[in-house]
Amino acid sequence: MTKNHIYFIKCVVIIHHLTEVRVSKTIYKGDYFMIEMENVYKTYPNGVTALNGVNVKIDQGEFVYIVGPSGAGKSTFVKLMYREEKPSSGKIMINNYDLMEIKEKEIPFFRRNVGVVFQDFKLLPKMTIYENIAFALEVIEESPRNIRKRVMEVLETVGLKNKARFTPNELSGGEQQRVSIARAIINHPKIVIADEPTGNLDPETSLEIMKTFESINASGTTVLMATHSKSIVNRFKKRVIAIESGLIVRDEHRGEYGYEV
Amino acid sequence: MKFRTLTRHLKVGSKNIIRNGWMTVASIGAVTTTLILVAAFLALMLNLNEMAVNIEDDVEIKTLIDLTATEEDVLALGEQLKQIDGVDTVVFSSNDEELESLISGMGDQGNAWQMFEQDNPLNHVYVVRATDPQNTETIANEITALNHVDRVVFGKDVVEQLFQFNNYARTIGLVLIVALVFTAIFLISNTIKITIMARSTEIGIMKLVGATNGFIRWPFFIEGLLLGVLGSVIPIISILVGYYYLDSSVSGSISFSFVEILPFNPFAWQLALIVIAIGAIIGVWGSVMSVRKFLKV
Ligand SMILES: Nc1ncnc2c1ncn2[C@@H]1O[C@H](COP(=O)(O)OP(=O)(O)O)[C@@H](O)[C@H]1O
Ligand SMILES: [Mg+2]
Repeated sequence: MTKNHIYFIKCVVIIHHLTEVRVSKTIYKGDYFMIEMENVYKTYPNGVTALNGVNVKIDQGEFVYIVGPSGAGKSTFVKLMYREEKPSSGKIMINNYDLMEIKEKEIPFFRRNVGVVFQDFKLLPKMTIYENIAFALEVIEESPRNIRKRVMEVLETVGLKNKARFTPNELSGGEQQRVSIARAIINHPKIVIADEPTGNLDPETSLEIMKTFESINASGTTVLMATHSKSIVNRFKKRVIAIESGLIVRDEHRGEYGYEV
Repeated sequence: MKFRTLTRHLKVGSKNIIRNGWMTVASIGAVTTTLILVAAFLALMLNLNEMAVNIEDDVEIKTLIDLTATEEDVLALGEQLKQIDGVDTVVFSSNDEELESLISGMGDQGNAWQMFEQDNPLNHVYVVRATDPQNTETIANEITALNHVDRVVFGKDVVEQLFQFNNYARTIGLVLIVALVFTAIFLISNTIKITIMARSTEIGIMKLVGATNGFIRWPFFIEGLLLGVLGSVIPIISILVGYYYLDSSVSGSISFSFVEILPFNPFAWQLALIVIAIGAIIGVWGSVMSVRKFLKV
């Protein structure tokens, strides 16, 4: 069976399971990877080389952990994917955007395909939960009607409908992280990137957050998660990419965390 | 830009203005001071210029004819004057006509001269006009060299003094205004820098979720624009009120009857328009400087 056949079957299955209209778009997906890097190097202006020739291909709909010791280059790796950083050399294609050639003006539009979640949530303390999430659509000039509709939808997805009027400070860490996930997925991104999303959370809360990511992934969104959590990686079995000193040293499907601690 | 987006930028921009408190007051104050001086300076310069032009247009050379000249001499001189390069018109005016215009030109004080009517001490005169007022002095010198010319009189001094004064005032005014404009721009750009810093988290999130650079920058331009325009409110009121009183007191007063200032309408309105435009430019310029330097988008 060719790759296209597999996609077709995958998509049919997904459509049967999900009602979201946008998922059907994946049927028309061409013969390309969602994320593709070839010989990617990244040297920061201070001379530190964080990535040393990375090659990787990630398909639409995959769930991938990025693991490795601290300072290995995990954050740098994911920063390339939402164009926070540009590679020093190599080839990088994300969702069919060539990030080596992309024009400055197109970057905002590229970023609308990628949702990002951080360890520190990055919520605006003076805004309510509702406003924090709506903000992501307001600044890309969505219509107020769509914004209202989508905010209610994603609040439902992350289970925080009853906290819409609260401010971030009135929420627990886990709840705040779910708000930031809601904000990341509000624009139906093709990819969700999370850099240590459970780094500030206790194990129990981390499990809840993982379930949220799993459900996002189940709707067809590609998920990339840099993490230090052995228990999570070993419990929710996914593809594991291990980075050390800026190189991919291991890439396994249904992999183990593979480090002590 | 969508109307919704514009109102959003206006809302965010004005919110920033309120948030910045004293920096906002200082910026608006600087713009206000600058614009009041600009307005006063412009009003003065444009009026002086107008006066100078009026006087210059009026420049005529009075050729006083020798008292001893015969009638033929006078006629010959008239022909000679017409031959001079650049001379437009030559008009004869007898000593009686001269005395009459002198007396009427003096108003009440002119009565004192009436005693000369019997024994007129004045010369016959040729009034010469140059085609181009700039040539007045050259022509006057040529006339002086002719026979039967007692001396020539023309408004050289008045015009030159006025122009000289104009030049000084213009230089001093310009230096002062440029310095003030830059101070105002600097203060505004500093205020906006503070806004940018205070909103850095928000700006970071906007970039992350794919807001365009233009969208991110707009509220800062609006903030600058508002600072500039708010700074021009007091100057504009001052212009309109001040110039109205100046205009009505000058044109109503006999002692100023020789001065003519530009009329309130349209001059004061034009001045107000210039002032608000300069305010807006100062504001936008200040914000562009900050946005360029501190907003890495
Ligand atoms: N903005 C930066 N400027 C300079 N050096 C950086 C920057 N970000 C990361 N680095 C360096 O790059 C290396 C990899 O960092 P990072 O990608 O953050 O690793 P990890 O997320 O795996 O801990 C480290 O040596 C770090 O000091
Ligand atoms: Mg990191």
